[in-house]
Amino acid sequence: MNKSLKLVVVLTGTALLSGLILAALNIYTAPRIELNANKVLSEAVSYVMPAKKTCDVKVINDVTFYIGKDDKGQVIGVAFVAEGDGFQSRLRILVGMDPDLTKIINIKILAQAETPGLGTKIETDPTNKTDALWFHKQFSDLPVGAAITVVKGKEADKSKLQIQAITGATITSKAVADIINTAIEKNRAIYLKKVK
Amino acid sequence: MAKSNVTLTSEFLKGLWKENPILRMVLGLCPTLAVTTSAINGLSMGLAVIFTLVMSSLIISLVRKIIPNEVRIATFIVVIATFVTVADRTIAAFYPEISKALGPFIPLIVVNCIVLARQEAFASKNPVGRAVIDALGMSFGFTLVLLVMGSFRELIGNGTVFARQIMPLSFTPWMAIALQPGAFLTLGFLIGLANWINAKGKKI
Repeated sequence: MNKSLKLVVVLTGTALLSGLILAALNIYTAPRIELNANKVLSEAVSYVMPAKKTCDVKVINDVTFYIGKDDKGQVIGVAFVAEGDGFQSRLRILVGMDPDLTKIINIKILAQAETPGLGTKIETDPTNKTDALWFHKQFSDLPVGAAITVVKGKEADKSKLQIQAITGATITSKAVADIINTAIEKNRAIYLKKVK
Repeated sequence: MAKSNVTLTSEFLKGLWKENPILRMVLGLCPTLAVTTSAINGLSMGLAVIFTLVMSSLIISLVRKIIPNEVRIATFIVVIATFVTVADRTIAAFYPEISKALGPFIPLIVVNCIVLARQEAFASKNPVGRAVIDALGMSFGFTLVLLVMGSFRELIGNGTVFARQIMPLSFTPWMAIALQPGAFLTLGFLIGLANWINAKGKKI
């Protein structure tokens, strides 16, 4: 066989075979991967709105709202994803709020890749033996008439909408508060205008 | 075959110590430094490399006589990338937690020089059995070092190994060991230790 023809045949054959294997694998794994992602999201929605029995999904102005209802069909809460830059990664936070978007119910960190052992504490803090989830639990039941602020070194005053920063991860802590503030303000306007 | 006088056992064992990819050849440092923040991450990365390396060596060794010399690297990479993608998608489908922790480092096995180096230096020149044994030895040696580094960094940086509390609760974790500088320090000391043991062995 011609030398250069052999090069083409071998490389094309290898690539073709590889493509076939990967296509077959994708058919098999893609539904499972999607299922995993959906499961994580639906668990998160349940976490930020514990009282919800059913959930409607509404997309308004490119923002996805998860509208939680109780068994009588009464709206008990609204959740949405707040997204923004942390210290070194993109943060995605699911925020669950009351129907008027005046009070946070719970928040959940969906995605982050902050500094291991410091910024990652926004999700879980293994060094805090009493409550590893202390940081994002600070946002629970917080009325948000004004912006949430972050304090460090002193006790946070919940009535003044203050959040205690994580030692060694002030920027990440501040980013979480800022992302939530911005998203609430923006989404409140969209939601109240279109749905209410 | 030039190396046919070498027994299969020593072909396997050389990867664990004498030609250990990390400690002796200092290859594949990117994943070594980046993912060994905990024991489970180190072990999962190691298992993914064992799968990729063994499967790639098997295939490359099988087809070594029909691959033209000019396109051998391209062929190696396509084969390696195929198995890496298989490993990546399988982990994402069945172990989403591990997939989230290892992030982009599973796909990056494609450019891990240990895998490519074994194809170029060994699998493309040796029969199938020998190539697989070599791949097993090399990837086990790699996994072993990753496991040691991951366990050590998790123990000092977090007080746990495989998420189990080992240190007394009064122990204050040395966060720096779990961060990037700790990766370099741990690796440096491990290579130093390996060199010291080797140098001592030669004197006797």
